Amino acid sequence: MSLSKPGLPAWFTRARLPLLLLTLFASLALGAVACGEDSTPTRTTQPAATGSPVASPSPTNTPVASSRTLTIYSGRAESLVDPIIKQFSQATGIKVEVKYAGTPQLAATLLEEGRNSPADVFYAQDPGGLGSVEELLAPLPQSVVNLAPEWARSPDGKWIGVSGRARVVVYNTSKLKESDLPEDIYNFVDPKWKGRIGFAPTNASLQTMITGMRSLWGEAKTKQWLEGIKANDFKTYNNNSSVVDAVSKGEIDVGFVNHYYLYQFLSERGESFPARNYHTKAGGPGALVMVSGAGILNTSKNKEAAQKFLEFMLSPVAQQYFASKTYEYPLVEGISVNRLLTPIDQINQPNITMKQLADLEGTQKIMREAGILP
Amino acid sequence: MPPPALLLPALLIAAAVSLPLVYLFIRTLGAGDEAWDLLFRMRTLQILGRTALLVFAVTAASIALALTLAWLTTRTDLPLCGFWTIIMSLPLVIPSYVGALLVIIALGPHGMLQGALENLFGVDRLPDLYGFPGALLILTLLSYPYVMLPMRAALSQMDPSLEEASRSLGMSRWATFRRVTLPLLRPAIASGGLLVALYTLSDFGAVSLMRYQTFTWAIYLQYESAFDRTLAAALSSVLVIVAIAILLLESRTRGKSRYYKSSAGAARKSTPVPLGSWKWPALAFCAIVLALTLALPLSILTYWAVRGIATDQSFPNLWGATANSLKVSALAALVVVLASLPVAFLSVRFPNRLSSLLERATYIGFGLPGIVIALSLVFFGAKYATSLYQTLPMLIFAYGILFLPAAVGAARVSLLQLNPRLEEAGRSLGKGGLAVMRSITLPLMRPGLLAGAALVFLLTMKELPATLILSPIGFRTLATQVWDASSEAFFARAAASALILVLVSSIPMAILVLRDYRSR
Repeated sequence: MSLSKPGLPAWFTRARLPLLLLTLFASLALGAVACGEDSTPTRTTQPAATGSPVASPSPTNTPVASSRTLTIYSGRAESLVDPIIKQFSQATGIKVEVKYAGTPQLAATLLEEGRNSPADVFYAQDPGGLGSVEELLAPLPQSVVNLAPEWARSPDGKWIGVSGRARVVVYNTSKLKESDLPEDIYNFVDPKWKGRIGFAPTNASLQTMITGMRSLWGEAKTKQWLEGIKANDFKTYNNNSSVVDAVSKGEIDVGFVNHYYLYQFLSERGESFPARNYHTKAGGPGALVMVSGAGILNTSKNKEAAQKFLEFMLSPVAQQYFASKTYEYPLVEGISVNRLLTPIDQINQPNITMKQLADLEGTQKIMREAGILP
Repeated sequence: MPPPALLLPALLIAAAVSLPLVYLFIRTLGAGDEAWDLLFRMRTLQILGRTALLVFAVTAASIALALTLAWLTTRTDLPLCGFWTIIMSLPLVIPSYVGALLVIIALGPHGMLQGALENLFGVDRLPDLYGFPGALLILTLLSYPYVMLPMRAALSQMDPSLEEASRSLGMSRWATFRRVTLPLLRPAIASGGLLVALYTLSDFGAVSLMRYQTFTWAIYLQYESAFDRTLAAALSSVLVIVAIAILLLESRTRGKSRYYKSSAGAARKSTPVPLGSWKWPALAFCAIVLALTLALPLSILTYWAVRGIATDQSFPNLWGATANSLKVSALAALVVVLASLPVAFLSVRFPNRLSSLLERATYIGFGLPGIVIALSLVFFGAKYATSLYQTLPMLIFAYGILFLPAAVGAARVSLLQLNPRLEEAGRSLGKGGLAVMRSITLPLMRPGLLAGAALVFLLTMKELPATLILSPIGFRTLATQVWDASSEAFFARAAASALILVLVSSIPMAILVLRDYRSR
């Protein structure tokens, strides 16, 4: 009787239903088993703890045993940083567990966890994220602080930059040549750019660029710029990659983004992808270079391993990884960058420190006043 | 007076789901004057107005769409109706940020449709998708199954003799539908519509991509760019008030009506309405919905994945994530449906102020952004339940707070259709309470329980904020993999995970529908 229903597959009979259900539950059970296997080795494959602290302060090739797993909260995506974290684990013998989520979500989580946080290291996408949890971070030893150049660390020695990212103007190459673009980002207030500009006002990096403007240009000029851009009917996007996508489709002609998104598009779509980056020639806030960074939690019971992690991230191996795999700028000397990238010494970087870029609140206030944020 | 065996668990469950409210209260107290200042500055009324408009429009559109589809697939001789039923509930599993991104790629300015029209007819502009139209379109397409699933359960459980009586008294089919069927569907429409309204209220992914600024968008702004969880909590408290207003509004649609048949005799299954020449328009309608909700997204995803393979992108191993997704979703479905029973029983069988308050309380979590629920559990978990913090039980608990109303609503709809005299008969024949429950009540509620389980399963498959924050460390699901890849513009990887997410989710849906067939 049930077979006469329309749409019922012929192979399906009442007798086969238990079989189907069984298959589903078996696969669920298998899933459970597989996960069980996943988690066991992390606890057991490590050699027994020696308990003694490790003598060599720099990451070397001799694996050492560690009593504890190092827990990292990473605001940077697994697709980007998992390989280098695995390399750290292999090189040092320190077992690592990573929680991946957005930088703001992890910052909020750390603040709610407070003293009970299981995290040892907070590895954040931007200085804003690290700044918001600064009260929870332990001061770093001077030897670690010195690994990063002076402009790329926290004013109080609580976190250090790990990799550099440049602010750029991404432009559509079928509509514009590089020579069509203004030398200074200020000049985008010119009415000829009306309806052609897009960016993500809620993005932390964009807001940091505006903090840079306030610091380099002063409040009045920054406000003029924001009002000029608003008068030019800029288009709002959700994040940097939608801006790059919209530029490539000609939805907008130029966008204000971080430099590295373009390269992921180039690697998936090939070099005919019609968008390129432009670093404003006159320097200024349009040519700002910012950092992703990391710090150690005050409550960490594994500070030694955490420190090793920070040291490793600024070692030539890791810096080379960022330069060639994630298309970022290394923060130490002697690393060759990806051939598609503008070498950092050709960027007219403004003279500014991370401390000057800290005041996110003032920036949001001025953006609200200009009607760019609600 | 309800038995304590029912009241106690219901009270416990309601207390558990109120944890986020306690958290918000504590955090909002810390916000002080600054919060008032912000509410004043950000043109709160305007944003609330926009939010209300979207919530109302999405709910109305979803009910209309779901009603049409549910009726076609349960009451007519629509060809391939099993196929349509499986397919039509799948949009639930597409995360809203993925759905919105795909719709923009297909229908946005300079999107695929415009490109095709430009080549054919020289069209160089489409009506602007961004803003209200885009948000309405994408949220309706992703959330109508919330109404369709309980409605299908109600339609297939409904005793056709009521409709037949109406027909035999000379009413037309349409009048019968309007005056008999539709009023009988009211609990299903209300419970599903409530979910759609609260989902729209709490959505961030779709509204942010469509650039339609709602209240949840403003809350995320506080977390994402101001790193200010105190102000975010203050804004969330306003959102709680909006959610309560929606709940009160829905409560007013509930009357004292009874939805079960009072005469003796078991319900038959209804005879399908022959569509006749309407068969083709009906099929075309289903096909259009299918094209927009699934065919289009799946083909773009497939295209991305294939292009990724062609350009030698690396793909992570997704077995672990797939197994994890299935495991937590199946567990959540089971636990949440069980937890929904005491609350549903209490509110249907012992309707009074307390029981309806308990039942309403379970809905609050669904109307709040997932990040708020997650942080509230971090707040309590890290302090008072350290041994459970970031473990699987805690994650399932979070899913419970988020998705309990989906199961409560479906269970209520079923229970309302069940005549309590059947249970009384069971007891009068000497069976105990549990035996009656097992042999009479639960079997008769089955369509509703399964619909609830399916909803929770699909919701859990795509859940992101709570999974990221509360899962055991190193725990990956398909949803987290999609997010991780798409946030860094790894489209090929994101597409591969999203494809597996949709395919794997369709398996339990298929089983559900096939069971439904068997019982006919």
